[in-house]
Amino acid sequence: MPVPILKQGPYLIASVQSALTDADLLDLRNALVERVGKFRSRGVIVDVTALDVMDSFASRTLRDIAHMIKLRGAGTVIVGIQPEVAFAMVQLGLTLEGVPTALDLEEGLTFLDEGARGARQEKDSSGK
Amino acid sequence: MENETCVPIRTDYDILLAREKGRGLALDLGLSSTESILVATAISELARNILRYARAGEIRMGLVHNGDRQGIALEARDQGPGIPDVERALQAGYSTSGGLGLGLPGVRRLMDEFEIDSRVGRGTVVKVKKWRR
Repeated sequence: MPVPILKQGPYLIASVQSALTDADLLDLRNALVERVGKFRSRGVIVDVTALDVMDSFASRTLRDIAHMIKLRGAGTVIVGIQPEVAFAMVQLGLTLEGVPTALDLEEGLTFLDEGARGARQEKDSSGK
Repeated sequence: MENETCVPIRTDYDILLAREKGRGLALDLGLSSTESILVATAISELARNILRYARAGEIRMGLVHNGDRQGIALEARDQGPGIPDVERALQAGYSTSGGLGLGLPGVRRLMDEFEIDSRVGRGTVVKVKKWRR
């Protein structure tokens, strides 16, 4: 089942609704990397609240998404990793290193807003 | 194994079916939701190994007893190329497929008991168990 991707202002929000096959995960990756350019988005939120299993493939694909989106000039934040899922991920040795995470959608939006503000400030101060 | 079910693994969708079935079985047995998710995650890794290296195989799952203890047993079986160096495959970070190399060592950490029998040219059987606390 494809993951719906909503455009919310400068951000894209992908909310995973149910368990994803490997092919679904790769489709999500490709769709996000393409749409970030199409909509000139500043950030991407991937909401995985509905996922009850995060195995090595899902984890690697999320990491790839974050890195690819970064190369496209935008930020990514993964939100909604459930407590049991976090436990299983740590047991498996999956740390999503280098990938920003946040508790939920709201925190994710705040994270991206802060990133955007930081970038603006940097631009302002370098212009002086 | 009691209440044994067998899920053939041929496509990535079968991975979802197998882990859903395994999680249901673990919950029926009285494993906590956290433990059931550990079982489902182990199934996901085992099933993915089957698809990636052997292209097809099966996962059997069922209930096991040891005295008063009850648990869930999983058996992942394929007739793929086998693993030439099992010791190495059990080390974290070792992968021949470009993956994270967390598959087998990860499964070992997720479960309570772990056994592997792999023969080059014949196939691989991985047997794991998780006991109810």
